[in-house]
Amino acid sequence: MSAILEPPIRGEYERLPEPMNAVAMEPFPPLTRHILQQGWLRKAVLLSVLAALWEALGRWQNNDLLLPTFLQTARALASGLSSGELPGNVAISLGVLLQGYAAGIALAFALTSVAVSSRIGRDLLETLTSMFNPLPAIALLPLALLWFGLGRGSLVFVIIHSVLWPLALNTYAGFRGVPETLRMAGRNYGLGGLRLVLQVLVPAALPAILSGLKIGWAFAWRTLIAAELVFGATSGKGGLGWYIFQNRNELYTDKVFAGLAMVILIGLIVENLVFHTLERLTVQRWGMQR
Amino acid sequence: MHKLQSLSVVGGAASEQAHLPEPLLRARDVSLQFRSKASTLRATHRVSFDVYQGDRFVLLGPSGCGKSSLLKALAGFISPTEGGIALQGRPVLGPGPDRVVVFQEFDQLPPWKTVKQNVMFPLLASGRLSRPEAAARALHWLQKVGLEGFADAFPHTLSGGMKQRVAIARALAMQPEVLLMDEPFAALDALTRRKMQEELQSLWEELRFTLVFVTHSIEEALVVGNRILLLSPHPGRVRAELNSHQFGLHSAGSAEFQGAAQRIHDMLFGVADAGPAVDQALRRRAAS
Repeated sequence: MSAILEPPIRGEYERLPEPMNAVAMEPFPPLTRHILQQGWLRKAVLLSVLAALWEALGRWQNNDLLLPTFLQTARALASGLSSGELPGNVAISLGVLLQGYAAGIALAFALTSVAVSSRIGRDLLETLTSMFNPLPAIALLPLALLWFGLGRGSLVFVIIHSVLWPLALNTYAGFRGVPETLRMAGRNYGLGGLRLVLQVLVPAALPAILSGLKIGWAFAWRTLIAAELVFGATSGKGGLGWYIFQNRNELYTDKVFAGLAMVILIGLIVENLVFHTLERLTVQRWGMQR
Repeated sequence: MHKLQSLSVVGGAASEQAHLPEPLLRARDVSLQFRSKASTLRATHRVSFDVYQGDRFVLLGPSGCGKSSLLKALAGFISPTEGGIALQGRPVLGPGPDRVVVFQEFDQLPPWKTVKQNVMFPLLASGRLSRPEAAARALHWLQKVGLEGFADAFPHTLSGGMKQRVAIARALAMQPEVLLMDEPFAALDALTRRKMQEELQSLWEELRFTLVFVTHSIEEALVVGNRILLLSPHPGRVRAELNSHQFGLHSAGSAEFQGAAQRIHDMLFGVADAGPAVDQALRRRAAS
């Protein structure tokens, strides 16, 4: 038998809200969960597991020339650091890297500023990035050597090339994603041109710009190390790539690994200290990124 | 039933009403067009109206009548293809801090600035005040909208109504000639909207600023405005200009108010033979 379901008619009531100080607060989370919530700790556990695996594999292989163990590499790294050989090479590499990186950022900013303020600028950016972004920086090295000779000039040139295009693309995409309302609000207060870019577009596009900076940083490192490897064959200017190349020639495989570990360490430090801090102080604080 | 005071047809207005003061904001035969690759869309067609000092001037119409585009033209974001807009006799050529806009969208507040910095932003950007002066004025206006306790909060931690309050404080802190509001309460829930209408009313009672307000709600138009420009859609043309200064927040239930709402409804949708006004029906249901 099918009947139309009628909800029951219930009595009404009214009450004053209870005082809230009587409500118990949520208890403090237990210690284990607190520990597991520390991101660095979880990552440290992961890293030590990987190191243990490496150590086991190295011992099982038992061939120092092909695969030095984790402990041997750590020892080589420590001795390289304490002798001042590694820090010296790192300083040379970082100096060149920062120079190229800063120049790349400045150029990318100039290019995208022109691109957002005029149609011809936009065409220029789109054409240039689609032409040069797929071009590997290292492929430009022979040309750079021809133009700037052996040394710093060529390295800075190829690093600029590797930073400029991905950063410009990301920044431009970020600028285009800025809500129209925010743009109009800025223009409403009399902002225009470079002031609008600096005071509205750059902060609003910061998540995209930061990811462009990260990609640019990684590309710059790759290009630098690769270029130094080539340089190593032609001139002994020093640098981390040169250190790796030289030690490979002399079959100090543990030192080669130490050099590679140094690249990784610097990458980790920059990612975790510089970029994470930057993100925490800006886009996360502003609620633009979780 | 008491009818709204019917007003003269626009166009003849200026000559008939020679005793009126100079209008603050004057729009004459404003036509707005949007050009896309395929076609040209006419948003408004020869719209004229005058806004006087202290007006709460409402642009009312269904979606597609170009009321938001008209407001953007007043703000200077889009320029008319025909006709012109003048503020205090000077033609409007671009956006400027003398006509501050409160938008509907919540993302009008830069998320990288705190509430106080948001209110200070236009004051500093337009170079009107020094930093300490701007900070003092920002705090004053935040107090006016009841947000002094949130001065150092970031916008993403605020509710929608609070964000709109910040936007209103920011606009009023600029002390613009005209405050332009583009459906500022449309994205809010009904209870908050009602509260914001009340607050806007009391701010106006206190400060007597000039307001141009865009809405698609007949009730909101009657409550907020003292003068309503009714626009018909596709493209936007002036349908009527009506008075609503006799209505306040507490006249919403009165027969007079309902009559006015019904009259506007009939003008927008044609005389009701397809059923009663939606607003009315809802109100009747709520009352019973």
